[in-house]
Formats: sequence, C-alpha cells, structure tokens
Amino acid sequence: MSNQTDFLNRRLHSLLGVIPVGFFLLEHFYTNYFATQGKEAFEGAVNFLWGIPILRFLEIFLIFIPLIYHAFYGLYIVFRAKNNVSQFGTFRNYMFVIQRVTGVITLIFILWHLWQIWFQTFLDPTPTANELATETANILSNNITAILYGIGVISAVFHFCNGMWSFLVSWGVTVGPRAQLVSTWVWIVAFVVLSYFGISSIVAFHDPNFANNVSALQ
Amino acid sequence: MSEQTAVAEQQKTVHLIFTRQDGPDSKPYKEEFHVPYRKNMNVISAMMEIQRNPVNAKGEKVAPIQWESNCLEEVCGACSMVINGKPRQACTALVDKLEQPIRIGPMSTFPVIRDLVVNRGRMFDALKKVKAWIPVDGTHDLGPGPRQSATEQQWRYELSKCMTCGVCLEACPNVNDNSAFIGPFAVGQVTLFNAHPTGSLNKEERTEALISDGGLQQCGNSQNCVQACPKGIPLTTAIATMNREATKHMFKKWLSF
Repeated sequence: MSNQTDFLNRRLHSLLGVIPVGFFLLEHFYTNYFATQGKEAFEGAVNFLWGIPILRFLEIFLIFIPLIYHAFYGLYIVFRAKNNVSQFGTFRNYMFVIQRVTGVITLIFILWHLWQIWFQTFLDPTPTANELATETANILSNNITAILYGIGVISAVFHFCNGMWSFLVSWGVTVGPRAQLVSTWVWIVAFVVLSYFGISSIVAFHDPNFANNVSALQ
Repeated sequence: MSEQTAVAEQQKTVHLIFTRQDGPDSKPYKEEFHVPYRKNMNVISAMMEIQRNPVNAKGEKVAPIQWESNCLEEVCGACSMVINGKPRQACTALVDKLEQPIRIGPMSTFPVIRDLVVNRGRMFDALKKVKAWIPVDGTHDLGPGPRQSATEQQWRYELSKCMTCGVCLEACPNVNDNSAFIGPFAVGQVTLFNAHPTGSLNKEERTEALISDGGLQQCGNSQNCVQACPKGIPLTTAIATMNREATKHMFKKWLSF
C-alpha cells in the first residue's frame, strides 16, 4: 500500500491557509478598518469580538492551532525548494519565490505583532477596548514600527492572494491556462484592495490625532 | 564564395565552456575548447569536432567530452543537458542561435556518470511507481477497445509527446536532493493513461500511486515545467487535472469507508 500522509499533510496545509487562517485575515482587516472611523468605532468593533462566547476556545482551535500548523509545515516546504529564478525568470516562478519569502516575513511579523499587542491584553486580567486602542495607537505612532507593519501587512496580503491562486490550482478548481490567467487577475485585484484596507488601518492608528478623532458616523 | 570569405570562414571558431566530471564521485571542473566553425552546427556536431581533435583551449590533449545521444531530432530525449543556463536537447541547440561562449553542463538534478552523461533512472522508476501503462495482457483476445472521440485523441496526443528527457525535472524548483518529488512528467503520463478509455479502467490505481509520497502534492506551481518542456506538453494543465482527480478521489475514498 502506498503512503499518503504526505498528500494529506500538504492538502491540509493548503486548506488551513484558506479556512480558517485566510478567513481570519479578512475578519481582522475588517475589524481594524473601523480604526479609520475613529477610536470609538474601533472600540465598538473590538467589544463586539470580545463579546463572542467561547472566544478563547475559538482563538485556540480556529486561529492558533491551524496557524501554527500552516506556519511550520510551510517552513518545511520553503526549505525544501531549490529556487531558480535566475535561470527561469518567468512570472509564475517569481510568484513561487515571493510566496515563500512573504510566508517567512509574515510569520516573523505575526510573532512580533502577537507579542506587541495580543500578548499584552492576554496578560491584563481586565483588558478594555479603550486600553487596546490607545496602546495600538501608541505602538504605531512610531514611524519605523508603522513602516514595518506596512511591510508585514503587504506580505500577509500577498501570501494570502497568491496562496488563493495556488489553492484553486491545487484543489483542481482552475485547471486550464485561461482559467488560471483569469484567476491571476482576480487575485491581483484582491491584492490591491486588501492592501488598501490594511494600510488605511495602519495610517489611521499612526495618526497622532487618532485618540481625539470623533467618528464621522456618530 | 570569394577566397577571402572562405579563409575567414575557416578561421572562425566556436568557443565552448564545459562543466566536466571524470566519474560519478569526482569533482566537477570547467574546461574550454575552441572548435572550427561550420555552417548549421549544433552542440552535438561541435562535440564531435572535439572527439576528432580532443585538444582544449590551452592546447593540451585531453579525453574527449562524453555525452549521450540517439535520434538527433529531439524525439528520444537522450542528449538533454544544460546549455547557456537552460536544460534542453543538444541536438536542437544550434550554434548560430547561441550566445558565445556556449556554456554546457550536465543536468545536475540527476546523478552525473561522466561529463554530460547522467542517469535518468529515477524517471523510469517514477513511471513504474505510477503504473504508466495500460494492462491488456491476457490469455484470450479481449476484442477491440472502445472508440475515442477526436477531442480526446487530440488531448492525449499532446501528452503522449513526452520523451522522458528530464528537462522538466531540471527546471522544477521542487525536484532536488531534499525532496522526493517524482517530477512533472509523471503527472502528465498518469493523465495520458487515465484519459485512455481502456486505461481508465485502472485509473484509481494510478491516481492512488500518484498521491503517495513524493507525488503530485509536491508541485509548488512555479510552472517552470510547462515553460521548459521541449515538446510543449501542457504539463500544468495535466497537474491541475490530476489535482481535481485527486480531490474527487480523496472524498470518494473517505466517504466509502
């Protein structure tokens, strides 16, 4: 009998990248985008999330475990490739390399980001959305941090969008060259749109007036 | 042709730089040669020139370059080597179309036996592994097989052009010493035999073998194979076709336990 563990691991890695990790990325961008509406709007979005029952359980089983699996199996994939863009400088080969590079950057960024923001609220026995918003604005008020966050966000978005393109090929959804080309354009558009949302949120937190801004909607 | 042109033509040389290796375990080294130019030369005829007069650029008499070739018309796949950075067949690598000096080396994805001779045995092992054939042997006449539509024939014809030359393995970033990937060509062959009306009777066996260790899942979608394939085989379409097949196979298997 042949051994299909490798196949199942690889398919699991591909699936987890979309559900739940990719889904969480979209959710996270959505929540953070409230920051562009002012501090109160952001706090409202955070309180909504914190109001979800069994939140810790969801965090562990729908975010942490899938993310850890995706990250570590991903590193294993990264270090097994022999990159050869100098020999084959085609678009897809560049995407192949950038997918691996952005994967590693995103992993480093996520660890840093978790340490700076999530871990502090985790340590706090009574975190409030107000503290979180102030702390985040404080961290992102630094120019260098804001730029590094920008790089991290763009890497994550690229990894997600190009990963979605690969996911569709790997599961046999986009089979022919034309379907794959259309998919390329769809994910390029997605990359631009998601980058815009991500960067807007960073810019909002970076704004020194963030704490004082009164939401335009209120 | 005037006398001067004839003289000029005679004096024109081709500059070649080879990556040589004396044996399977010896260290590779570079050696340069200047061979007299002739019209319509290819890399093979340049190497034959070296066989005739095995003197390197320094004027030393050396062992002639070793290589493999058979058909000399890009259908056997034996003379694959890396020419100016690209894996391809030496027989269709025309000197007039190559930038000089022409840099030639073995396809290092495979074990090098000597100079440009490599052992492509792993490809034949891969074909055995995925059962890339149609079992029709029996004790009695099985009669004619089912008819194929013209569309099926066209698709299968493209896939059938594979000559096991190894270029797609050399081009693939996921085929290397750290990985067990059997290579894009094997996926194309499974697609070919699974698409055959008689071959499709055993398609589950092939799919099952193709998704075992080192199989289909190791593809990282760099799509170098389809760019590099000298026969223009739609390898990435074959890979995605088998991905779809594997997805179906996986669910079917799980749900029938």
